[in-house]
Amino acid sequence: MEKHIYFDHAATTPLSEEAFNKMKPYFTEIYGNANSQHAFGREAVKGVDEARDTIAKIINCRPNELYFTSGGTESDNWAFRGAARAMQRKGKHLIISPIEHAAMIMTAHALEKEGFEISYMKVDEYGFVDLEHLKSIIRPDTTFIGCMMANNEVGTIEPIKEIAKIAHEHGAICFTDAVQAAGVLKIDVKDLGVDLMSMSSHKIYGPKGVGALYIRTGLSIESIITGGHQERMKRGGTTNVAGVVGFAEAFKIADRDMDKNFEYVSSLRDHFIDRVLAEVPYVKLNGPRKEGRLPANADFSFKYIEGESILFSLDLAGIAVSSGSACSSGSLEPSHVLLALGLPEGLAHGSIRFSFGKHNTLEEVDYAVEVLKAAVERLRSMSPLFKPEGEIKNV
Amino acid sequence: MYNEKVMDVFQNPKNVGEIENPDGIGTVGNEVCGDIMQITLRIENDVIKDAKFKTFGCAAAIATSSTATEMIKGMTIEEALKVTNKKVIDTLGGLPAQKIHCSVLAEEAIKKAIDDYRSKQAK
Repeated sequence: MEKHIYFDHAATTPLSEEAFNKMKPYFTEIYGNANSQHAFGREAVKGVDEARDTIAKIINCRPNELYFTSGGTESDNWAFRGAARAMQRKGKHLIISPIEHAAMIMTAHALEKEGFEISYMKVDEYGFVDLEHLKSIIRPDTTFIGCMMANNEVGTIEPIKEIAKIAHEHGAICFTDAVQAAGVLKIDVKDLGVDLMSMSSHKIYGPKGVGALYIRTGLSIESIITGGHQERMKRGGTTNVAGVVGFAEAFKIADRDMDKNFEYVSSLRDHFIDRVLAEVPYVKLNGPRKEGRLPANADFSFKYIEGESILFSLDLAGIAVSSGSACSSGSLEPSHVLLALGLPEGLAHGSIRFSFGKHNTLEEVDYAVEVLKAAVERLRSMSPLFKPEGEIKNV
Repeated sequence: MYNEKVMDVFQNPKNVGEIENPDGIGTVGNEVCGDIMQITLRIENDVIKDAKFKTFGCAAAIATSSTATEMIKGMTIEEALKVTNKKVIDTLGGLPAQKIHCSVLAEEAIKKAIDDYRSKQAK
């Protein structure tokens, strides 16, 4: 039987049956524009309001602090650009981590062209932010400090509460990108003390193309999508009603089953990590060992071989994963995250990310270990770099 | 992304390995850019009798290494020098645009291995 094993849940997840069923009527029956005043519109807006209430309750904010967007990238763009521009009279210095998603890194480059100055906080070899270094680079004109709650590539969970405290002590605001964390880790925005937070639906078994930005009451940021009166005039564009409804339903289920999923998915991950480290020579686990790591994430660098060739070897055996190699990203540079962790280029090119989900089984994980072992051995037999005499196992 | 032919060659590459005491050896690329290709040749009377490769790189790099070594076997060195990356790509039925640079490595490795052979001959 042909295998179809999906280990790329950090890229996206399948839409859950429950979320899909909840969305269905909003495509064909409740099709009104949520911005319309008539009965059709009022029915649609009811769905949107309920969705907003549901998510607000989960993350402990007021419904009017939540704004729906097209997803994580838009939320990141809005938070970063919107906050930087709104506060530019106070200062033009912004700080982010070097392991942010491309939605933040590329936006940082764009903001530099607008005259903003960006500094990057240091991270250690596991990806944890160096809080002392962060304190040392804050200036009187620093207005914005942004760090992701959990890294998409190596799974590192960052000390956001501490970062928010440091930001506020220095008169800056704190943003977090919770795209990988929302629905996986318990989030209470009031307890964390963040001012802005990005979320996405499709990482937690919700539909693609929808997300949200939390904006703390009292904080005013500039809009980047100007248009109609949607989202209390902060974000134009007809509301994706079905998407928003599906997002909230997926979030509700993720929150309800959080402990169960965390335990199950991390048990798959630990089993996989233990077996790979024991059975595959010359391999490095990227990111934290177990503590402080997203339950779904296992990221390895395989010495002497290149990630894309590993990816396709697994793909041919029916296993879907992703790679931080340059060849996989379509750029000439390997993953900026792995380089920030201090990996040499060769190891960064040889990285593979496995991200597990609640539907995966131990049997699938064991099958993947066997396929991986064979693929790595085959590719090393072809590699001019593989001259293992006298080398130490597991770098 | 890759066509079936490329995936097939990637899965079942020919000429993998290293010729002992080769008449010509060429290594190109580096670990920083993520592609290294080594080609070793056995040459008799300016005819390539055998060619083998070892490659650190993506599926396209491995497939082009296999195809290029397969193409030059039996050729004279003059003929082998005319094997361009375009010919290798055509034999594979095409490569995605961002992978074209991988195929240049095979052409360069062959040239370098032949240069090595010629410099040894000159001695």
